[in-house]
Amino acid sequence: MDGDARVIVDTLWVVIAACLVFFMNAGFAMLETGLCQAKNAVNVLAKNFVVFAVSSIAFWVVGFGLMYGDGNGFAGLTGWFLHGADNSPATGEAYTGIFSALNWTGVPLDAKFFFQLVFAGTAATIVSGAVAERIKFISFIVFSFVLVAVIYPVGGHWAWGGGWLAQLSTPFADFAGSTVVHSIGGWAALTGALILGPRLGKYGKDGSIRPVPGHNMSLATLGTLILWLGWFGFNPGSTMAADAAMITKVALNTNMAAAAGCLLATATSWIVLKKPDLSMILNGTLAGLVAITAGCNAVGLASAVIIGAVAGVLVVVAVIVIDQKAKIDDPVGAISVHLVNGVWGTLAVGLFASEGGLFLGGGVARTVSQIIGIAAIGALVGAVSSAVWLLLKLTLGIRVSEEEEFEGLDTGEHGMEAYPSPLPPPFEAAPAATTGNAMLEAQPRAANG
Amino acid sequence: MKKIESIIRPHLLDAVKNALQEIGVVGLTVTEVKGFGRQKGHTETYRGSEYKIDFLPKVKIEVVIPEEMLDLAIDAIQKTARTGKFGDGKIFVLPVEEVVRIRTGERGELAL
Repeated sequence: MDGDARVIVDTLWVVIAACLVFFMNAGFAMLETGLCQAKNAVNVLAKNFVVFAVSSIAFWVVGFGLMYGDGNGFAGLTGWFLHGADNSPATGEAYTGIFSALNWTGVPLDAKFFFQLVFAGTAATIVSGAVAERIKFISFIVFSFVLVAVIYPVGGHWAWGGGWLAQLSTPFADFAGSTVVHSIGGWAALTGALILGPRLGKYGKDGSIRPVPGHNMSLATLGTLILWLGWFGFNPGSTMAADAAMITKVALNTNMAAAAGCLLATATSWIVLKKPDLSMILNGTLAGLVAITAGCNAVGLASAVIIGAVAGVLVVVAVIVIDQKAKIDDPVGAISVHLVNGVWGTLAVGLFASEGGLFLGGGVARTVSQIIGIAAIGALVGAVSSAVWLLLKLTLGIRVSEEEEFEGLDTGEHGMEAYPSPLPPPFEAAPAATTGNAMLEAQPRAANG
Repeated sequence: MKKIESIIRPHLLDAVKNALQEIGVVGLTVTEVKGFGRQKGHTETYRGSEYKIDFLPKVKIEVVIPEEMLDLAIDAIQKTARTGKFGDGKIFVLPVEEVVRIRTGERGELAL
């Protein structure tokens, strides 16, 4: 293939994959709405919808520059508003410009930005589910902006932007973002859920736990299937090149881990909780997907199945421990799916990588690098997002009033309902009563009806 | 005229409706309701936590009929809505003072 054709094919693949990842917004919106109560459906949908718009602006203004602009080991310091020298799609030595951390992919800068943007958006949507049904809409918007403008890009710079984690003697490995996307979103979700506190009535003073069933399992199931589909852009697209062997290997690993996560969560829920809880089956599938995200390019198919299977067990245990022991209220299981399995998946690269994996005779170096990355990014995001949540709590306030929470955030925050009363609005005219001949008047209506 | 309000199992609505139509009932009103009686509730689980469902879904049928149809109608409902287990529901009979057909203004049994 000549150079131009190569660029065109690679760019097509990157843009198609980015579109699939974009569609994950629909998946998150349906999943989270389905697992929340009907009285908060408009609010959950609105949060999931605006978050990508917020991310788009935040990532363009500063996020992309902080993440991929040339700078130091801790942050990029160039490339605000996507401005600066860049001769993409030139790669490697031929590349001259300020986004040298992305000089390995031969696509135009706009394609690089678009693909990285949909990833940043994904990290931000993860938070939404964990803080659902009690957070103020405006505070969620502000937090999302800060997350995508600063927190995600700095963590991302360390791992993907040529930062210090990428410069370790055995570089930290996170192919499509078990840590960079999912754990960063998960840490932000955890701090948010902790600082907000549980939904009213979720935990009784006597230690009782009141489950709050989601209002529409059909939507939750549709959302999870959309996410599963979106992941075929998320992971295989992270090649950022139409590398036939690699994108199919990654797609297959991704699917097998999801399948294993699904089945093991089903079995675990069946054994531990007596029944196969559908919400756990959905979470298990996502757990498998999150876990394989870091190593989908580096492990064999059997390892992918094992990584997904462990994730399926882990997520059910995590949901029970977080909900019933730690009493952290996470309505959709975002912390168990994205944080717990983001950590597991990142660690699993050290254990299962075909080259350098501990279980495949590669020694401990890779695993040590993975642990350093997990801990460093956890500390960064935990500290900074806690500070942002607390600052918001002291200024705008982060929680709706008690009354609003009981009535539902739909009417409180948005003045509307997702499922309004079927009664029609008041209607002035009363045609049949005024004519005096009701029978004749009624005939044509009946025919039309 | 009498009004029969009966609380029945939702899945038996069709059978009860057909039985009432067979004896000449030409209209009825149905509401989805919840409540409890001797059947009590049951427990469900969600993400590992159990919770009790105290109010079970039932269907309430309201039908107004001429007095002479009363026994026939009660019989029709009781036969079709009965399974013999707790939770089959109840039949309430109330007197009705007046009926007006809104479209024509007809009153009394003519309006039924």
